[in-house]
Amino acid sequence: MGQTLFDKIWDAHVVSSKEGFPDILYIDTHFIHEVTSPQAFDGLRQRGLPVFRPKQTVATADHNVPTWDQHLPIKEELSRYQVDMLTKNCAEFGIELYGLGHQYQGIVHVIGPELGITRPGCTYVCGDSHTSTHGAFGAIAFGIGTSQVEQVMATQCLLQQRPKRMKIEVNGTLQKGVGAKDIILYIISKISAAGGTGYFVEYAGDTIRSLSMEGRMTICNMSIEMGARGGLIAPDETTIEYVKGRKFAPQGEEWDKAVAYWKTLYSDNDAQFDSELYFDAADIEPMITYGTNPGMGIGITQHVPETASFEAKEQGSYAKALNYMGLHEDQSLLGKPIDYVFIGSCTNSRIEDLRLVADFIKGKHKADNVTVWVVPGSKQVQQQAIAEGLDKVFEAAGFPLREPGCSACLGMNEDKIPAGKYCISTSNRNFEGRQGPDSRTFLASPLSAAAAAITGKVTDIREFLQEEELVG
Amino acid sequence: MATKIFKHLQSSIVPLPIENIDTDQIIPARFLKATTRDGFGNNLFRDWRFDKEGNPKEDFVLNHPTYSGKILVAGKNFGCGSSREHAAWAIADYGFDVVVSSFFADIFKGNALNNGLLPIQVSDDFLKKLFDAVYADAHAQVEVDLDNQFIKIVNTGEQETFEINPYKKACLTNGYDDIDYILSNKQLVEEFEKR
Repeated sequence: MGQTLFDKIWDAHVVSSKEGFPDILYIDTHFIHEVTSPQAFDGLRQRGLPVFRPKQTVATADHNVPTWDQHLPIKEELSRYQVDMLTKNCAEFGIELYGLGHQYQGIVHVIGPELGITRPGCTYVCGDSHTSTHGAFGAIAFGIGTSQVEQVMATQCLLQQRPKRMKIEVNGTLQKGVGAKDIILYIISKISAAGGTGYFVEYAGDTIRSLSMEGRMTICNMSIEMGARGGLIAPDETTIEYVKGRKFAPQGEEWDKAVAYWKTLYSDNDAQFDSELYFDAADIEPMITYGTNPGMGIGITQHVPETASFEAKEQGSYAKALNYMGLHEDQSLLGKPIDYVFIGSCTNSRIEDLRLVADFIKGKHKADNVTVWVVPGSKQVQQQAIAEGLDKVFEAAGFPLREPGCSACLGMNEDKIPAGKYCISTSNRNFEGRQGPDSRTFLASPLSAAAAAITGKVTDIREFLQEEELVG
Repeated sequence: MATKIFKHLQSSIVPLPIENIDTDQIIPARFLKATTRDGFGNNLFRDWRFDKEGNPKEDFVLNHPTYSGKILVAGKNFGCGSSREHAAWAIADYGFDVVVSSFFADIFKGNALNNGLLPIQVSDDFLKKLFDAVYADAHAQVEVDLDNQFIKIVNTGEQETFEINPYKKACLTNGYDDIDYILSNKQLVEEFEKR
């Protein structure tokens, strides 16, 4: 019987497999950041252990960093302390740090791919649930807790049970104005925030194939939002072209050898999955969430579901979510005024996202009632945006381009959405208080967020695109 | 380094019948700035537990004088979202030894087990029985036996067995640690690297 892509990579990384025990899985690269690492470094100190393979550990500061005046010391004392601790720990344990001010600094899941550290066939972990992003390259990548961060630091390995395998296939042509973010929000809305729990997902089908690497990263990034351990996409020419020539990508003979191996990385035709789901791209509208988990999403022209459509035991949680969001059942979100727009996060802060937004807003200006934050995913994205003149387009539209970091995705820095305010956000989570205590988040694509910034309310991007086609 | 040992417990329970409780609720991001593992219990369920002035919200179960105990019972898909282990630290630091739900998010479950906090997955039916029991009598006793892998409502005798990975069970009952285990296989790791 054939093997799934996931099993091929997993098997190639099993150090030891013993009945009744989880597998010892070898980790090629361990990404770390300032929030989930300090207690792990402390643990090593208490055990008197070094970092086993410091050269396979990559560090960056992202969660706490300000997005203005990054050249100044961090004002918020605890944030500064945590970032300083990372600097000290990396120096003590011999780990390369792309800290504040470094040309490679940025969100951990943005810098790995853009530096060519993320490659097909490898294993990646990080103390961050969105590590699933790296699966877009045909790699096994997943988030871990701090005890496991310590484990990987101490051993370069992780004790793991092999998860079940799920295939999600999307076929067909997407409507204009519908992109990767809409695809993944649609899938999660169909299978729920727990629908992928216990599984590792492989995304397949011609719609997925047609996506750029950045679109594929958006899809895999949100695998965790359906509860999946991770998501991956088989590498192809798009993948190979993306990795080629990047800073840490293999070169010369090593490159040829790597590519030859990458070409073996696909699920065999007769490979068995534990679950298979199929979706039609034509069914996908621009998506928006209305509730307090990413599974609570609808097509932008649909109405918030009726309470009666949920099972009795779920109705209490549903009512709580609508109450928090200040919405009611059967409501249309179109035309709902918003206060903030956040374009950023490890889901949608890459250069392609910024290009898409800049292209759309050129010659337009944001509505008066809206504050817009555009936060690039990395220093390199920021510099690229400036080199292409996107910063000027953003500036003219009232969308100042900030400096890189996780920012208002989770508001560990100063970028918080005030209580009661509505934010349309390209990030990955609409949990209660996620963007600041009592803030209210609508998740959507970069294009939908940009359209909302221009009109000041929840807007169907397709109307804009039609109009522009008529004029153009 | 030994983790906390867990074998057996009898306690009243704290009911939290909400589904999809994410780790941002268990411990909001703004409380993740500490660099040690201690003290997170003070901010467990911070925004559900306290108002903006820091006063306890009377309607939240942890502030309710009626309910107490070392077992937290919550709705399905508990611990979804962020991988932050701080959520498991906060629950354990507050004084819970066991969390019961009809479904756990994977990363949370792993984090809990690595910190001596036992996540017990029960059927929807048994979860309802637990809620019914605590709402009928706030002091209803529940027994958890890890050796024999069952959870039991003491006064009704209703019980259900639960699953746990045998290795993880051995870790909890003996205080083993994953790092000790992998380091005992260090030679295999080095051989793997030479392949």
